[in-house]
Amino acid sequence: MNETAAGRQSTSAESAPAREPVIEVRNLETYFGDRHILKDVSFDVLRGEIFVILGGSGSGKSTLLRHIIGLLRPSGGSIKIFGHETVDIGEEEWEKLRRRMGVLYQGGALFNSMSVGDNVALPLREFTDLPEATIGIQVRLKLGLVDLAGFERLRPDQLSGGMKKRAGLARAIAMDPQVLFFDEPSAGLDPIAGAGLDELILRLRATFGMTIVVVTHEMESVKKIADRVLMLFKGEAVAVGRLDEVMKNPHLRVQQFFHRQADEEKVDPRQYLDYLTAGGRREL
Amino acid sequence: MPGREEALAALGRAALHAVDVVRDVWALLRDIAFWLFIAPWKRQRAGVRWESVIEQGVRIGWDAIPIVVLINFFVGMISALQSASLLKRFGQLLLVANAVALSTTRELGPLLTAVIVAGRSGSAFTAEIGSMKMAEEVDALSTMGLNPTRFLIVPRVLAMSIAVPLLTLAADFMGIFGGWLIAVTVVDLGSWQYLRHTADAIDMGDVMRGLTKSCVFGGIIATVGCYLGVHVEGGAEGVGRSTTNSVVVSIFLVIFANLIFTAFFYMIE
Repeated sequence: MNETAAGRQSTSAESAPAREPVIEVRNLETYFGDRHILKDVSFDVLRGEIFVILGGSGSGKSTLLRHIIGLLRPSGGSIKIFGHETVDIGEEEWEKLRRRMGVLYQGGALFNSMSVGDNVALPLREFTDLPEATIGIQVRLKLGLVDLAGFERLRPDQLSGGMKKRAGLARAIAMDPQVLFFDEPSAGLDPIAGAGLDELILRLRATFGMTIVVVTHEMESVKKIADRVLMLFKGEAVAVGRLDEVMKNPHLRVQQFFHRQADEEKVDPRQYLDYLTAGGRREL
Repeated sequence: MPGREEALAALGRAALHAVDVVRDVWALLRDIAFWLFIAPWKRQRAGVRWESVIEQGVRIGWDAIPIVVLINFFVGMISALQSASLLKRFGQLLLVANAVALSTTRELGPLLTAVIVAGRSGSAFTAEIGSMKMAEEVDALSTMGLNPTRFLIVPRVLAMSIAVPLLTLAADFMGIFGGWLIAVTVVDLGSWQYLRHTADAIDMGDVMRGLTKSCVFGGIIATVGCYLGVHVEGGAEGVGRSTTNSVVVSIFLVIFANLIFTAFFYMIE
């Protein structure tokens, strides 16, 4: 993390009420071959907050999310969830930790071979000894929470994009997780459906007090839901803190991002010619 | 010389890729063995998902019965005609029954069944798991705390290893039946004579050898199908490519395994 970001984080920590961190990321490094994807990223996610990871395409925000939820091991650094170091734990420990977490993927990631109700019931059937009648009540309750009451018999391919995401959300909260992750929740949705999902995120936090981590680049959504944000640019955390603080951050990329300004960087013609003749082996 | 350097680099990359594939397949086999034999006794809520095994078994076995029996029936008829045209020259037409029975139970039944299943179900495994991976469903399983090997792969491997030998039994029966039909209608052999020669030619050992082979063939087809599904990359085109590879690699490995089995049985005879 650069000095600006570190400064922002400490400023935010001073101004925010003292809450324990649920996720602690320190000096995270990721390499894919010789490509440096995440560079010394550090931040905390506090209990009960909505924390948004922001950044343009290729900034490393999805990679960061995959590290936090344990789908990808980082090259270096530390990630603690509920106080447990997760970088070097085994699969069995991860499985236990994941039962306290819920993830909503971009497309909902519902299992097409099952009905919507069976998708939501799956974690309950696998991890609890609840009788079928109680599972049925839980399924209807969770689907009701995401405004999909009565849809349990439909198959995922009979739902619209927004409904799939809400059904995916019902499955993600089936086990009442303490932390909920959203990967690009508004991607592919019309503005009304996107706004509906934002409302749902706020309602879930208000109802269950969940800690919520959202990866997105949708500014309208960020302004509506974020308590604090982390801004990534080319794998570096350029700003961390409350949204209003980060929006005032003088970093060029932060200002470009929040004010929707195009990149004015000119490409050197000689460098561009080298790139073309190297057959893609050289970076621009 | 840049051409030589590039060729060496390509060779090096291919060798490293081969090492990666062997390591990944070994890891997958270890994982399957763990979730099949160890986890059900060592861990809570880690048993085999039998309802999924049955569902897969129906798709692999029951649904494949018509095509398997039909193809083996025709191949049994072809074997009878071919061996009759040869054995007639030596005045040994009755040996048609022996030729059909032995070739069907030892080789053709297990091999043809495996090839059909590789084309029908092995490719379906790759396409299903590959599409699930593309739609982040495999990641969703992991993040729910459900191990994808236990959830997706073990039921398929188990169902395949059970369904393929059962299909092979049906294939053996239909192959012999096809041979009998040709023998009694075209070659003019007596029905009872043919059946008695068939019973004399094969013993339980021949059938068991065929079934042992088909159980291994089932394991190979399921492992290849699932491995290529899990390693799909490149969207819909990647799923298509991996599905094709699944059939080609499965058939190659099944025939190679058959060669090893045949050589082994020849030596112990």
